[in-house]
Amino acid sequence: MAGEATVINVAARTSLWLQPHRIVLILIALALVLGAAFFMRWDWLPQYYEMGLLGIWRSLWILAVTCFLGFLLAVPLGLAQAAGPFWFSAPAKAFCTVIRGTPLLIQLWLLYYGLGSLFPQYPWIRESWMWPYLRQAWPYGVLALTLSFAGYEGEVMRGAFAGVPKGQLEAARAFGMSRWKIFRRIWLPQAIYRALPTLTGETVLQLKSTPLVATISVIDIFAVSSKVRQDTYLTYEPLLLLALIYMAITGILVFAFSRIEARIPNKIG
Amino acid sequence: MASATAPALKHTAQDGAAEAIHVENLHKKFGQLHVLKGVSLSARDGEVIAIIGGSGSGKSTLLRCINCLENPTSGIIRVNGEEIKLKADSHGHTVPADRRQIERIRSKLGMVFQNFNLWSHMTLIENVIEVPVHVLGVKRDEAIAQAEKLLARVGLAEKRDVYPAYLSGGQQQRAAIARALAINPRVMLFDEPTSALDPELVGEVLKVIGDLAREGRTMVLVTHEMKFAREVATHVVYLYNGLVEEEGPPEQIFGAPKSERLKQFIRNIG
Repeated sequence: MAGEATVINVAARTSLWLQPHRIVLILIALALVLGAAFFMRWDWLPQYYEMGLLGIWRSLWILAVTCFLGFLLAVPLGLAQAAGPFWFSAPAKAFCTVIRGTPLLIQLWLLYYGLGSLFPQYPWIRESWMWPYLRQAWPYGVLALTLSFAGYEGEVMRGAFAGVPKGQLEAARAFGMSRWKIFRRIWLPQAIYRALPTLTGETVLQLKSTPLVATISVIDIFAVSSKVRQDTYLTYEPLLLLALIYMAITGILVFAFSRIEARIPNKIG
Repeated sequence: MASATAPALKHTAQDGAAEAIHVENLHKKFGQLHVLKGVSLSARDGEVIAIIGGSGSGKSTLLRCINCLENPTSGIIRVNGEEIKLKADSHGHTVPADRRQIERIRSKLGMVFQNFNLWSHMTLIENVIEVPVHVLGVKRDEAIAQAEKLLARVGLAEKRDVYPAYLSGGQQQRAAIARALAINPRVMLFDEPTSALDPELVGEVLKVIGDLAREGRTMVLVTHEMKFAREVATHVVYLYNGLVEEEGPPEQIFGAPKSERLKQFIRNIG
């Protein structure tokens, strides 16, 4: 009986979901997929399959690491601008302005071709433990993307810190909390909750900044698709698949963040 | 006036009870604005001091100076006989000289705000245990057991896991009183606790504060509720324009005021 009721329930919900406009959209999507499968060339896929997976993995960890490190930097950047004395807030503001005001590609190239070419001139750097890392490309990519995320998110955190109502912090002061405890227990959590919706957007934008590392010879998923293009002289197929991969990752990111957002108490402030 | 609360029920401080709060010749300036012009105040253990006065008279500022939420420009403040050490900072403003001292003193004063100021990212029970656990070092399960009792006492036992935004103003203010009680304060400070409430919610909050007064809690209360002040206060201070215009037992202040301004104030309010 119960099973029957569930089946009916599911069927009822499905029929409710299958509105005419949705059916039309599904049919169009199916036609596009089938058209792509039959009229385009995909015979190169098996050959580049493994390289592609490795590329996706690289794009993902670059995204994760740069967002994480960038956010860690963004907290002090935002705090300094929201509440710091002049000699903290001015450099933080300058940093955010420069990062937000210049193209990421230029920052990346300045670090890789500029800074990266300075290091080999110093023997003590070449002899140090850092050299095996500094002679590779990815540390410069990670650094540039981290600084970029910190610059944008630092501005977001400034607003988030400033937006926490004064009464919330005053209550914490009135009960004898130390400055550090007020920050850790009241100010920071409320600021992060406020910044979270914006953080989702910034993370998605960051994902779509990662292909720039391909310009300094890091083989991410974008670089793989370029290689396919050069090897096979196919234009659309690798690019379409690449777009689909970025869309899928974006979908997963947005879904994950919406789950996190649903867990935090709403109506903050 | 036949009050609902008989004066006999009112807790009165014993002579010789220790002085919990002592304020002497307190001045506070905001820029050019001279808000407090030499106010003195004393609260012995068990006393309920009601501070009344018109808007802009400096009554909230006086209360907020006691725990240095506002830094006094000059004057002496003693809590539990310990004088708050003040110093001038590089801008010439007076600030607490010893951060540890002011934090220790604040953790003995239970402050209740006009706008409740419950921490909005925490449930009621988390709000109540926050200071005991993270400032006073009480064990978490002990703090929770105590917090549950306090929430039950203010009639919010079943709301323990609710966030403040989902509660009425009266419920939020009662929870804020529970949060202040959780630190087992030497003195409760109330800053116009019912001024931000809808009229029909004022009663439930006044009842909780009244119960605290009757059980002998030491309290300093800034209020516009004159009838309530008359019922619960042991001593009433009338502030006018940054100075104590008149003070005394409530019967005298409300029954036989001497100052013309106080007479007019009571006429207008009543």
